[in-house]
Amino acid sequence: MKLRIVPLGDSTLLVQFGDEIDMKINQRVHALANLLSNLSINGIFETVPAYATLLVHYDPLILSFTQMKNHLRAQISKMEETESRKPRRVEVPVRYGGELGPDLEFVASHCGLRVEDVIRIHSRQIYTIFMMGFTPGFPYMGKLDDVLVTPRLETPRTRVPAGTVAMAGSQTGIYPIDSPGGWQLIGWTHLKLFDPASESPFLFSPGDEVKFVVEK
Amino acid sequence: MSLEVIEVSGLATIQDSGRTGWRRFGVPCSGPMDAFAFRAANALAGNTPNDAVIEIGWGDITFRALHDCVIAVAGVGYALSVYIWDFPLWSSYYVRAGWTIRLNKLNSGMWAYLAISGGIQTQPMLGSRSTYLRGHFGGLDGRQLQVGDMLKSKTPSRALNELSARALGTEVQLAYSDDPIVDVIMGPQEKYFTEESISVFMSHEYSVSITSDRMGYRLEGAALTHRRKTELISEGMTMGAIQIPSDGQPIVMMADCPTTGGYPKIGTIASADLPLFAQCVPNKNRIRFRKTTVTKAQKKYRALMNGLNEGIVEAD
Repeated sequence: MKLRIVPLGDSTLLVQFGDEIDMKINQRVHALANLLSNLSINGIFETVPAYATLLVHYDPLILSFTQMKNHLRAQISKMEETESRKPRRVEVPVRYGGELGPDLEFVASHCGLRVEDVIRIHSRQIYTIFMMGFTPGFPYMGKLDDVLVTPRLETPRTRVPAGTVAMAGSQTGIYPIDSPGGWQLIGWTHLKLFDPASESPFLFSPGDEVKFVVEK
Repeated sequence: MSLEVIEVSGLATIQDSGRTGWRRFGVPCSGPMDAFAFRAANALAGNTPNDAVIEIGWGDITFRALHDCVIAVAGVGYALSVYIWDFPLWSSYYVRAGWTIRLNKLNSGMWAYLAISGGIQTQPMLGSRSTYLRGHFGGLDGRQLQVGDMLKSKTPSRALNELSARALGTEVQLAYSDDPIVDVIMGPQEKYFTEESISVFMSHEYSVSITSDRMGYRLEGAALTHRRKTELISEGMTMGAIQIPSDGQPIVMMADCPTTGGYPKIGTIASADLPLFAQCVPNKNRIRFRKTTVTKAQKKYRALMNGLNEGIVEAD
């Protein structure tokens, strides 16, 4: 797909790099987000990276859509020439199964695997945070090994505790705050993903890499 | 200077211009439902455009002033009384210590903003004083105001008598209406809908559903038909975006909306018209949508905001 820059209203615009969940496309999204945040351009408030798009919030009192579009086109062609920076990697200790991972056995039987295999396969891979959303600090990570792909719950739970490690489809994530949730719950981490009163309130940033470490 | 909440039946929260800089982590912007009335209240009170104010909707609120102060009230759907007098909105007033300030809900309009000269002081969270109710942070302990709450403000930049008795000139007022025509910038997923569907959306009247809140307004009226799939991979979204879920009934994203979403968006309400839409009363006001371009919408927004900055006059 050819890159497109389209308006979402009069104070945000969407840079569309593609229309599928793909590592290469997602890397370009984060590369542009990083570039714009380093430039700190007067009139650009912030950006929201997603799987294949970057949303840019800007001030139409300072920049028009056409000015924004031209400016972004120039930055994107510069970006293609520079090498993308190495992502940060965060290790996350996980206690798999038990009360806080009540769906681990269902996942194992759905995939035709032993519980130990699900833990081994889920924790051996390095995941990329494609985007954050849903609740403050929720990381959408992928991709899961194909053998682990499991549908989400038919009926979402009304309350999933903060720190619960979960998976759905080809993605995995961690619930940062107590919230409703429809993903399969497979474990729990003691790490705090979101603390609004802290100097650095979020454990992760979009684009980071995550490695789960089995905690006995 | 401070105000004490002595009665409240409505949804009252502290809001500043919003929490920017954290949306990429999934933190909604929050801020005012009606950004024009919010800006007007701060301007009339001699505050900066980002100062925190009280937003009130759905019901009434009464305060007692504990010190002499200047307040400014802007919005739609409220009657203001200070001590023994009824006063119009879109003006600033000198309030003496001990006086009560009442904001009573009327039948038309939804939201009003009460600014105190100097701006309300609370502990900022993630750089903002805006209340995010679902996240339980910002404002006063992340919750709505309740009886007994004390709202403190800084000392104003100017003498109180220089800030009181000011009004917003009628020529720069926004033309609020019970049955507004609201401009929409089309896209990015216009092509997901049949042409008939789009012309239905543009030619029929819609009303706001009673299940609406600070996160989103559901629309009631003709449903839209998706041309193909009803979902897309999640992407960023913003206040005013009109999402169409699989049942075809549009939902307009409002101040506390999620930062990303996976339903196609037929278009986004123009910033200059978003206040008109936000002030629509559920099951009552009739809304019509009209196509505009991003360039026209930006011109209209600039004219509106520049007018506001120049439109503060001494009251008659």
